[in-house]
Amino acid sequence: MAGVGSSIEAVFREERGRLLAALVRRFGDLDLAEEVASDAIEAALVHWPADGVPPNPGAWLMTTARRRAVDRLRRDRTYAARLAILQVEADRAGPAAPAGTGSSGELPDERLQLFFTCAHPALPAEDRVALTLRCLAGLTTQEVARAFLLPPATMAKRIVRAKKKIREARIPFRVPGADELPERLPGVLQVIYSVFTEGYAASTGPDLQRPDLAEEAIRLARILRRLLPGEREIAGLLGLMLLVHARHEARIGADGELVLLDDQDRSRWDRTMIEEGQGLVVAALTGGPPGLYGVQAAIAALHDEAADLATTDWPQIVALYDVLLALAPSPVIALNRAVAVAMRDGAEAGLALLDELAGEPRLRGYHPYPTARGDLLHRLGRHRAAADAYRQALGWAGTEPERAHLRRRLETCSGEGDD
Amino acid sequence: MKYMLLINSAAAESDTEPASFEEWVAYDKSVRESGVYVAGESLADLTTATTVRVNASGERTVTDGPFAETREILGGFYVIDVPDLDVALDWAARCPGARGGGSIVVRPVAEFD
Repeated sequence: MAGVGSSIEAVFREERGRLLAALVRRFGDLDLAEEVASDAIEAALVHWPADGVPPNPGAWLMTTARRRAVDRLRRDRTYAARLAILQVEADRAGPAAPAGTGSSGELPDERLQLFFTCAHPALPAEDRVALTLRCLAGLTTQEVARAFLLPPATMAKRIVRAKKKIREARIPFRVPGADELPERLPGVLQVIYSVFTEGYAASTGPDLQRPDLAEEAIRLARILRRLLPGEREIAGLLGLMLLVHARHEARIGADGELVLLDDQDRSRWDRTMIEEGQGLVVAALTGGPPGLYGVQAAIAALHDEAADLATTDWPQIVALYDVLLALAPSPVIALNRAVAVAMRDGAEAGLALLDELAGEPRLRGYHPYPTARGDLLHRLGRHRAAADAYRQALGWAGTEPERAHLRRRLETCSGEGDD
Repeated sequence: MKYMLLINSAAAESDTEPASFEEWVAYDKSVRESGVYVAGESLADLTTATTVRVNASGERTVTDGPFAETREILGGFYVIDVPDLDVALDWAARCPGARGGGSIVVRPVAEFD
């Protein structure tokens, strides 16, 4: 019965976030919604393997969960009174029309409200990521803890704290109005991108990347794009993640070591993902001024389209970094631009730009900075200075594959005298 | 749901202009007329503040102050009754005290039932 088991698994994956969002909307309480959603899924695990998956599994889960909720409310009078008030006020506070697709029996999709609640600026940034993974991606608290290499108890405390603030400060479950959306959407995108970057380049631990997290982020962005199809920055973010993730298999060598862009086997890049990403770049950059994610996606697309490092369109990449810097000045973007300039104009030019960033407090402890300096110094034959830079990077790098890569670089430098 | 807006003005000189008296009057009027107003006061000058502490043996200590040891000074408050945090934050953002280096801390009033 493995077939039935995995199809049930797929249904839960698809329906859990939507179910939770609908329950939160109805009962105004995240804890209660989670409890009865779990109850409904447990009931499904009992019934479905025997009776088969119902034709409308989402509606089945919702009906079951709602009955459980009503049972719980009857048992707890004061809770019921409080929830009744919450519900009345939620209805009065405004509709935030559910994006139902209209076909009969289909649940309205209220996940968009949950996205904005989980990413509310009144919550600490790390709680937003945890809550989004818990509520919208449907990860268990333990899985969320594992994703961030934290003890489950710590993560549980964090999630409880976030839910308490939502409840007691009454952070609303609602989609911001058109006037607030430009202000609030970047927070939601930032949460998804944080999940992705942790998946692309784990900050600590034995593994260089965590494809599961990267894929979770892509899945969340797809949901968000379905719910807000007109927002170009969502297209940009989804495109960016696909175009970067398309290279993930080629980024790791046979022994788990880091393989840089220069040395990657480009035939191992995922062409389907690249094509989808390219389409999204077009959507992201058409019809208005470019956004941060759209421009970054365009840069990723240029890398993916090139046959090798030498024929990469470096002038256009530098130009896109200029656009990016104008949108959001940051030393990290300036660092990337400097590397692109080195590819276009030579190592000397790139190094001069890197040296301008030397005093940046935000680059302290950021190992890509000394790594890039080491690479350019190495190319210029200044091996002793390159070795110093690599040693500094080694002290800052968080994952073992990165450290191994830097040690190899360091050996290469030490073997050669200065020109 | 009731929220308290604690109006903190910046102690240090800020480079942005503080709100004018007229702006405060206009804000106060809109809070009261919109129906969200529950309570509100503006506090007298900080130099008039006095602190009382009672130690374990019940002894009372009265000291002058506190003064500007803290970076921000509580200058007044509103209590408003609105449906949720977002609405409370909207009112806080419109408060003249949020400008000129000041800030508004928004805290839900605890409900015991």
